[in-house]
Amino acid sequence: MKRLLTIVLTVLVLIACALALAILMGEREDDSPAVAAIEKPSPELIARGAYLAQAGNCLGCHTTRGGQPYAGGRELPTPFGTFVTPNITSDKESGIGSWTSQDFWRALHYGKSRDGRVLYPAFPYTEYTRIKREDADAMFAFLQTIAPATQKSAADRLDFPYSVRPLLYVWRALYFKPGIYAPIPAQSEEWNRGAYLVQGLGHCNACHSTRNALGAAGGAALGGGQVAGRSWYAPSLTSDSEAGSGARTNEETMRLLSTGLADKGAAAGPMSEVISQSLQHLNPADLRAMAVYLKSLSSPSPAKTTTAPTFTAEVQARIDKGARIYEKECKDCHGGSGKGNAGAYPALAGNPGVTLASPVNTIRSVLDGGFVPVTKANPRPYGMPPFAQSLSNEEIAQVVSFIRNAWGNQASVVSAVQVDKSGSD
Amino acid sequence: MTVMNSLKLLALFVALTVSLSARAAATPAPDTMSERAKPCLACHASEGRKARDEYYPRLAGKPAGYLFNQMTHFRDGRRQHRAMSLLMEKLSDDYLRQLAGYFSGLPAHYVAPQAQGTMAPPPLLTQGDTARKIPACIACHGKEFLGSAFTGPDKPAIPGLLGLPADYISAQLGAWKVGTRLAAAPDCMADIAKALSAAEVSTIATWLASQPLPAGSHPASSIATDLPVRCGSVDSVQEIPAPAPAAKP
Repeated sequence: MKRLLTIVLTVLVLIACALALAILMGEREDDSPAVAAIEKPSPELIARGAYLAQAGNCLGCHTTRGGQPYAGGRELPTPFGTFVTPNITSDKESGIGSWTSQDFWRALHYGKSRDGRVLYPAFPYTEYTRIKREDADAMFAFLQTIAPATQKSAADRLDFPYSVRPLLYVWRALYFKPGIYAPIPAQSEEWNRGAYLVQGLGHCNACHSTRNALGAAGGAALGGGQVAGRSWYAPSLTSDSEAGSGARTNEETMRLLSTGLADKGAAAGPMSEVISQSLQHLNPADLRAMAVYLKSLSSPSPAKTTTAPTFTAEVQARIDKGARIYEKECKDCHGGSGKGNAGAYPALAGNPGVTLASPVNTIRSVLDGGFVPVTKANPRPYGMPPFAQSLSNEEIAQVVSFIRNAWGNQASVVSAVQVDKSGSD
Repeated sequence: MTVMNSLKLLALFVALTVSLSARAAATPAPDTMSERAKPCLACHASEGRKARDEYYPRLAGKPAGYLFNQMTHFRDGRRQHRAMSLLMEKLSDDYLRQLAGYFSGLPAHYVAPQAQGTMAPPPLLTQGDTARKIPACIACHGKEFLGSAFTGPDKPAIPGLLGLPADYISAQLGAWKVGTRLAAAPDCMADIAKALSAAEVSTIATWLASQPLPAGSHPASSIATDLPVRCGSVDSVQEIPAPAPAAKP
């Protein structure tokens, strides 16, 4: 009896210790000093803050479709429930008008709200923590100049147990360590700038990595992954068989980042939002820095292996049917040999985006079509019609299977069920 | 013909095909609006088109200001249609104005109504109902229901109401009634639609859809500037560059 009591007590003490440790770790801060608020931000500081806010794509999440910029309210569906982004205009009640730059720093760097509550990592503080204090202060100075929008966001609608906020301490203990980007002395200044932008402000890893069951970025950094809550796959930025830039010149990567168009392939889905709202505004030096950094990460080894199908009679029949659909619906723009038309219609032959292990992006492109985003460099983009209304799931599966296996492309064939599952957002 | 000869012929044929397709790929896409409008044409035929479960209205010949407003409404969530929202999502006002101007300049083709009506128009169309603050439709959409093309800030862009199927018209009025179709505030059409009963919507839609169009019908180039109600869409439209001259019908 006494022995059982000892065991129970020991277990309880251990649990308590683990919890205390989790809270301690989850609460941890680094030694970055408190900085006095800037009394009168200069126009230069505000302009720099505006630029940095664009580089961080704050607008992307903190604005609803057609809504007032930065007024929040956008719903972010995730496997854990729906987050509703807050208003970050200068409104004192519903925005962050009564915050100080120190409050803003705590949110960005430590993932803690003004009242000390820990924030859900749907706000990518796991990446934003790399941002330098002076950049955070500039962004804050800019955000304070945004006309107040009186618009209180609805509450998040999270599923149990994710709705229990204190559990975040455990999550943070496991997956979050605050700290600004530490430049690597052996690398060039340009490389370090690129790494700072990619890892911090750009928070590329928030989409371009696999998330584990608890929503933390797992696996290799920038190794590609399913975009949380959306039927899109964010390809690996390190593997050249996906979106790695080993085979691209820096100029081409810069063009891809700022317009969405590369020699082989085009950005689509969530990435075209990022280009439209964020990357097109970056100056050439920053774009080049990102390209240089990304190129240094690239490797020819495939991130995920795609299996070329065994060409059974059934598979061949499917591909042949797809070829006939291609002839009728796609050839006009993408060409009989899948070479596309540079600057307007992406090549499909040898386009790594087409032969990804996950066919979801190609399926979505056929279902929804879409224009390349309007950017400064491409003010009148060409586009692709949606086919969801005119082709059946089976027909889309056939034509995607064909495209994935024509002109030297090799990738798995696609079924109507896969098309059906990709049909939502 | 020997085997060798046929092989040579085949080789020649392959070489020709390859060089031709290589050349085809090297020609840049035409730098025209019609090339850029291709994604729209998959659904919006020049006459409007009935599809599996929806109707795609024609765009050709409609007032540019009206088309521009609709495209921004889809983009910004004031009108709901998944495909349209996704297509418009990343397009700028400038570019949408150009697309609107392009479609507006195309000659309109009206489809002959399935059943032609000879009845007099329902009074709501011609007189409205002052007690319920419903203006006559003709007061804005024109005596012949052909709308007005936008040509300047004082001449609003108002769509014509003919050449559309009854269920499409009913669906639009219904969407205004329940708030899933919005226009710039003050949203005059929402107010009007909310004042209409379901039976009235049906009567109006049926009558409009049964009207034949005179050959060569065009939106009026101007309309009385004293509109009976204030409409945000009319107020907010800015100058749209004149489209390429329309081909004579």
